[in-house]
Amino acid sequence: MPRIWKFGDSVNTDDILPGKFAPFMAGEDVFQTFAFHYIRPEFAAEVQPGDLLIGGKNWGLGSSREYAPAALKKLQVGGIIAPSFARIHYRNLLNLGIPAFEADLTGSLNDGDEVTLDMATGRLTRGADVFQLPPAPEFLREALAEGSILAFFKKHGRFPGEQSPGEQAERDHPVN
Amino acid sequence: MTVPAPQPQTMAERILSVRGGKPVYAGDLAVVEVDQVMVVDSIAQSFIERMQRDLDALPKYPERVSIVIDHVAPASTVSVAQAQKEAREYAAATGVRLFDVGRGICHQVLMEEGLARPGWIVLGSDSHSTTYGAVAAFGTGMGATDIALAAASGKTWLRVPESVKVTFTGELKPGVSAKDAALEMIRVLGADGATYQSVEMHAGDRFSRGERMTLANLCVEAGAKAGLVVPGGEILTDYGYDIPEWVYPQPGANYVREVVLHLDALRPRMSAPNEVDNVHDVAALSAELRGMHVDQVFIGTCTNGRIEDLREAAAVLKGRKVAPGTRLLIIPASSQVMEQAMEDGTLLTLQRAGAALGTPGCGPCMGRHQGVLAPGEVCVSTSNRNFIGRMGDKDARVYLASPAVAAATAVMGRIALPEDVVAVVGA
Repeated sequence: MPRIWKFGDSVNTDDILPGKFAPFMAGEDVFQTFAFHYIRPEFAAEVQPGDLLIGGKNWGLGSSREYAPAALKKLQVGGIIAPSFARIHYRNLLNLGIPAFEADLTGSLNDGDEVTLDMATGRLTRGADVFQLPPAPEFLREALAEGSILAFFKKHGRFPGEQSPGEQAERDHPVN
Repeated sequence: MTVPAPQPQTMAERILSVRGGKPVYAGDLAVVEVDQVMVVDSIAQSFIERMQRDLDALPKYPERVSIVIDHVAPASTVSVAQAQKEAREYAAATGVRLFDVGRGICHQVLMEEGLARPGWIVLGSDSHSTTYGAVAAFGTGMGATDIALAAASGKTWLRVPESVKVTFTGELKPGVSAKDAALEMIRVLGADGATYQSVEMHAGDRFSRGERMTLANLCVEAGAKAGLVVPGGEILTDYGYDIPEWVYPQPGANYVREVVLHLDALRPRMSAPNEVDNVHDVAALSAELRGMHVDQVFIGTCTNGRIEDLREAAAVLKGRKVAPGTRLLIIPASSQVMEQAMEDGTLLTLQRAGAALGTPGCGPCMGRHQGVLAPGEVCVSTSNRNFIGRMGDKDARVYLASPAVAAATAVMGRIALPEDVVAVVGA
């Protein structure tokens, strides 16, 4: 059964994956083994597919490095639940298809709790306790219907939520 | 290019309205043309993989894409060298611009090259892309997937941000710099105080372009999507910018928060480990902190590696020596900055004071090369982040400050103000 890994407020992208362990430095095959290397050194070795991360406010502040959430994706983290996310990191999570829920469960769940998450309904269950997570944004649901935002764009030639391709006229461009 | 809007708009709302072709307000989704997509070496391989494997696309407008090799430059390992080799090959094959080792830090280079201009949308694969707001460009950072989508489509999607209005009043006292104002702003806003928002800075004619870059740069440390400075001063006169009327905010625009920062009263600031918003008055630091040995001083980065920063440091270091047991690393933000500093003698002053000069680029800022820290070491840095392990070992500590405070610290070997150096060493 998936377990909870609980973190505090303001977990930054250097906490999630220190810059010196970026894939182009540590290696594409092993960089994920450095996830939370400084603040939770046992994490990468012990995390199991589907495990959920609970964080405090401002999860993912700092760098734009997509390889921080990519490391969590490689470790098959099942989702991240935090009361607030930093914006670049939140976009990166959406883009990589890692479920991110804006909810404050820091007072309700404990590190090591065994839980199940029903992705279709957003119901998180711990024993007899049930927590309802907010639904994913419309933008994300539209993208995930095609598998990912990359797959969506490749198929439709536009972004989810954008009215139609080619709607905007090409303009003279100052760089040209 | 005007889009009549029914309600007064902030800078962010106006720029995104015009560039998206319809009036938008905070909370709306805007799809906008992107004028420049900037890719740094750290994510070049991911970017190429997204373009080629996931999207099977070429850059829609190669002239609107720049790759900058700055985060680990020159390469420190074979794997880094390989990544940079692939970036060069990709640029040669697709016709996108490439700024190679030694040209400098991405944000500084794009600004110098005129690849960020008033009213432009500039996306960078680096969070400090808020820097372009210094010239009223809507600059924002994104990850590799968003960056690739923008390169492939020529567009991006954005949620139109709410805006925080920051108004500067008064003038900075000698020895106090834009970095201190920026750190004070982060202290007041907090590390999540502007998450998803645009920080709109009203400074009148104050601050050079470089100083405006320092202010806009730090906005991301409050979580901001953009840090836009209302054009004024030398932005209007010195760079030949065509400044559209629609980059200015309209009276009556809606702000979620308004903050006034009084520059007259500002004293040098320092951000202590391990959060950028852990900001203190240097003069009021505890005796224990002021007496602590400092192992390394680093002057450089996209925050403070410009010519005015090097001159500020040189003014303190002139005729003095770095304290025994302390090392001073100085890395100009770009080759152009380095040339200016050579021509006016600034580099010679720094070199004679005992500085170790490095290749223009990001240096040790994110702990990859050129001066990482050992366990227990203390660094005073002009950079922008002091997170755990940021510049090396997890038990090293990074204190963020202005170039003047960093230079004074190098002379004294402990955290110091510029006047401490004058009083003690120059007496």
